Amino acid sequence: MALLQVDNMTHYFGGLRAVHDYSLVLEPGHIVGLIGPNGAGKTTIFNLISGIHTPSEGNIELDGKNLIGHHPHEIAAMGLGRTFQNLLLWRHMTVLEHVKMACYSQLEYSVWGAFFGSPLCRREEKRITAKAMHLLETFDVAGFSTQLAVSLPYGAQRRVEMARAMATNPRVLFLDEPTAGMTPDELNRMINIIRKIHADFEVAILLIEHRLKFVMELCERIQTLVFGEVIAEGSPEEIRNNPDVIEAYLGREDIH
Amino acid sequence: MRNRTTTSAPAAGFRSRLRQFTASVPLIGWLLGIFGAVLAEYFLGDLVSYYLGLPKIPVLFGLLTVLKKPLLIPGILGYLVLVYAIPVVIIVRIMQKPANRLAEFLAGKRVTIAALVHLSLFYGALHLWADISDYRLLVLKLTMIAIMLTLSINVINGYMGEFSCSHPGFMALGAYTASTITLLLFANDKQFGPALLPEALGFYFFPLALVAGGIAAAVGALVIAIPSFRTRGDYLAIISLAFLFIVKSIIENLEFVGGPRGMSSQPDYANLPMVFTVMVLCIWIINNFVRSTMGKALNAVRDNELAADAMTVDTRRTKIITFLFGAFWAGVAGGLFAHVLRYVNPGSFGIQRLAEILAMVYFGGLNSVTGSIVGAVSINVLSEALRPLEIYKWIIIPLLLILVMLYRPTGLIAFTEFKPRELMRPKTTKGGE
Repeated sequence: MALLQVDNMTHYFGGLRAVHDYSLVLEPGHIVGLIGPNGAGKTTIFNLISGIHTPSEGNIELDGKNLIGHHPHEIAAMGLGRTFQNLLLWRHMTVLEHVKMACYSQLEYSVWGAFFGSPLCRREEKRITAKAMHLLETFDVAGFSTQLAVSLPYGAQRRVEMARAMATNPRVLFLDEPTAGMTPDELNRMINIIRKIHADFEVAILLIEHRLKFVMELCERIQTLVFGEVIAEGSPEEIRNNPDVIEAYLGREDIH
Repeated sequence: MRNRTTTSAPAAGFRSRLRQFTASVPLIGWLLGIFGAVLAEYFLGDLVSYYLGLPKIPVLFGLLTVLKKPLLIPGILGYLVLVYAIPVVIIVRIMQKPANRLAEFLAGKRVTIAALVHLSLFYGALHLWADISDYRLLVLKLTMIAIMLTLSINVINGYMGEFSCSHPGFMALGAYTASTITLLLFANDKQFGPALLPEALGFYFFPLALVAGGIAAAVGALVIAIPSFRTRGDYLAIISLAFLFIVKSIIENLEFVGGPRGMSSQPDYANLPMVFTVMVLCIWIINNFVRSTMGKALNAVRDNELAADAMTVDTRRTKIITFLFGAFWAGVAGGLFAHVLRYVNPGSFGIQRLAEILAMVYFGGLNSVTGSIVGAVSINVLSEALRPLEIYKWIIIPLLLILVMLYRPTGLIAFTEFKPRELMRPKTTKGGE
């Protein structure tokens, strides 16, 4: 059975049909790419699956459990982690606090424990600190742990955000343009990082990306989205040679 | 410690040595010094003030007298130096090494024990200081209550970044609930009749009455929280301001609690140890909360709610709990307030009280326990000191606030963590910084 299954999802913003009849089957351990021009509805699909918007029609299941109608934090705690296109970091929090915060749903202590600093609370804080430090080391940002996340260089901020997403113990990871604004060097580094988390944490990944090179290299399967509709789906090779995709990306070829 | 090595000019040398010296004294050393100074005042204060030509011991470091009788300024300065400065310096100097050893010993203990030692020393100093006059006692108690109010509103307005205006309303709920309980159960009151329980029990039941006041305030907060947390920002400010006026007019129209005349002759349960203990508990619990990951969720909600939600933080629950939590402490502070003044009327919980509380929290600093304490103490003391100016006081304090907002937009000490362990650590000359 598929880990994440989306069936015939459609969504309207007022009268605008943002997503039409979108379906996805994400098997455990797979990497699927979602490409398409600006405004095609890629991020909307992320927001629909992760619960920020509720789809007008359709069905979403994670590991056999229906996700529709759940709050985003519940869906995140069920094992769907995500990053954001424009790096939603918290302005006044350190790198370590960012990653610890993502362990919120795993905290065993109650709010009373937090008020009185109960032994359980202290133990749990210690546990998630260790976990967070481990993740920071994995993403090569442990040296920044006590700094404010927003004061870091851009590439490091991206990695902090990935570490934060991984701290929620996801089984499915959504990456929204992980290489936006990156230099070629940083891009190669990001490819290695995504390969690494894919191998180490055994997550299935759904990836939005603009750079075709990046998608072609990482993904086993690619969906192309135009005006909210999937116009092509297949292996990187098939997508590369699909005339509809070429048309959507490069414009119509004039026939002489 | 920038100037420690470059000691070319003698003045700079003295200053750097002074700084080096102050950095090498642990907190307990300063507390011992303060205790000594207060002790000196307790026994020698009358004598010193007599020889300096002062009518009596300057009550609030002479701040009140300065504006009323400027001619006494030299005498007051002399008094401050003789009674406060010199004993502090001498004791701190002598006790530097033993105090460091003591701090080192306490650092090996559990943080609660170390904190209790520090707090009892501090309480001792406050008690002796307040023993000199009733006015001092009153100012001290009101300052402690202000600290609780500031801290609890900081949880909502600073840590969570919402703008709540209903704090005086919560205070009123707490004050009236606690007063009703104590007057009904433990006092022979003309409104509520004779005491239902033996009066001797009253003092021990008082904390429960305060908790009941806090719970009443929290229930009031729930009434605002449920409709208003669907929206953000300005809406909460407006709804909470409305709540403040609703509470005030309900109380004004409730004959059974005295209506606009208010309630009076509450039993005298809020003595200094009681107020001090409740304040310390308040600071301790709030500080525990905001330093835990569960409390840090407030910052996540404030800085980016969408991201907080995506990182499994239950934002709605977080916001409601925090709002109730802040309101609870405002209610407790209100209960204490009623029993310190032993009189409450709806008029004391109006927009002016709100302005005072907001001034304290924004002056001291958002998102900071230390800032709240500093803000509450400085605005309170300032407001007492400027009392002789009467109405002009309300020109000077807001001006000061504007200056702070211009140069430090988030307040004097904002976005810091209050770490008791750090505060109490020993400071040997080598590892001073």
